[in-house]
Amino acid sequence: MAIDIYDFTGMTSAIHESLSAVLSPAATTIVEMTIIGIVFILFYALVGLFLVYAERKVCAFIQCRLGPRRVGPRGIFQTIADFIKLLMKELLMTKNADKFLFNLAPFIVIIASFMAIGAMPFAKGLHALDFDIGILYVLAVSGIGVIGILLAGWSSNNKYSLIGALRSGAQIVSYELSVGMALMTIIIFAGSMQLSEIVASQANGWWLFKGHIPAIIAFVIFMIASTAETNRGPFDLAEAESELVAGFHTEYSGIKFAFFFLAEYMNMFVVAAFGATVFLGAWMPFHISEMIPYAEYFNMGMDFIPGFIWFFGKTGMLILLMMWFKWTFPRLRIDQLLTLEWKYLLPINLVNIVITAFFVLTGFHF
Amino acid sequence: MESEGLILFFIIGAVLVGAAVAVSSFAPPTSTNPQKAETYECGIPTEGTSWLQFNVGYYLFAILFLIFDVETVFLFPWAVVMREVGMVAFVEILIFLTILGLGLIYAWKKQALKWD
Repeated sequence: MAIDIYDFTGMTSAIHESLSAVLSPAATTIVEMTIIGIVFILFYALVGLFLVYAERKVCAFIQCRLGPRRVGPRGIFQTIADFIKLLMKELLMTKNADKFLFNLAPFIVIIASFMAIGAMPFAKGLHALDFDIGILYVLAVSGIGVIGILLAGWSSNNKYSLIGALRSGAQIVSYELSVGMALMTIIIFAGSMQLSEIVASQANGWWLFKGHIPAIIAFVIFMIASTAETNRGPFDLAEAESELVAGFHTEYSGIKFAFFFLAEYMNMFVVAAFGATVFLGAWMPFHISEMIPYAEYFNMGMDFIPGFIWFFGKTGMLILLMMWFKWTFPRLRIDQLLTLEWKYLLPINLVNIVITAFFVLTGFHF
Repeated sequence: MESEGLILFFIIGAVLVGAAVAVSSFAPPTSTNPQKAETYECGIPTEGTSWLQFNVGYYLFAILFLIFDVETVFLFPWAVVMREVGMVAFVEILIFLTILGLGLIYAWKKQALKWD
């Protein structure tokens, strides 16, 4: 198949073999881990910088403004300037705060998003953590992030922070159910929780198209619930600036505030990449049915686009969708938020799982 | 790379935050002022601590979450083997989800899903 021309498995195994030829096994592992670590730190920083810039530009476009345009050509260095500014700001702490937990909270939110990014299949062979329970792993580590938010709000000893953190806790734990159950639809179709196997099962079509109506319902629920889980868009009750100052991070300043800000964007990336992996086939190119005339030439053309471009393209589209949500919908109230989850999404999800199981049983899918 | 990768990503994340916080704790100019250490609440002096009792509504949703999250834990292994086991798995999950659905309807009727 033509997909194999962009296979990174050979590259990674070549690096591994050349390293183990000169080094002992333990040293090889350490060197490899250092390489992976440096690559992921750079990647993380790059994605963070780009997403903050993209968000400001998209927001400006929707609100008929220009957005950042002074620092660098078209303002592309604006985020770097902001980062340096935040790094040079004094770190403040209130005298009543719980000092240990106050300092611990940014670590937890960043580590949670970092561990989730490690499990993403960027291209064939570029997959750092490929567990056989991949989906469960991503759900688990992204669930840790809420502990950081709760700690931040509680340890600040500020009423706004406490209310923001509690709202965020109620919201994230509620919507986590919907995310898990929406993904369960695809697990039933694919029969595996390993991300690489789920990607491989989409070689002849993405699950969004192959899975009929259940997959489309699951995708819509996944996008709503995961937007809520990242504390974004119409669901940003935890930091509702018109009522709670800044919610759970009211008392944070300088770089610690920047980490909460960054974690939100990285969680958005994780969620979009995860959605692209499970529903849209990660790095699998778009193929049309062989029954359409000249389909094979179209498919061959699609195969020439490298896998990582497909992956980042799909992720970027989903991120754009989430930004669009944020700048067009008004913020929900807490009772509307919980009603949406418990009275609509959860029952629909339960029925959807049964329908999916029925479809798989009768073989009524491609 | 299997479970040692987990430790790696944990360490990288901690190093990333730790390094930035370390730089930021000595690089910026500092000035001391007792006002800076006050809790930010509308500009008037803060009344009491915020570590106090809060709305029971949040607690209720946490309990509900616990029930349904345990349910998803049971559903995940079922979802993986659904295709292989076939009809038996389908009937079993129908019974399982019916019982849970009844639980959700009960909570609904008892106004547990109502926010006030």
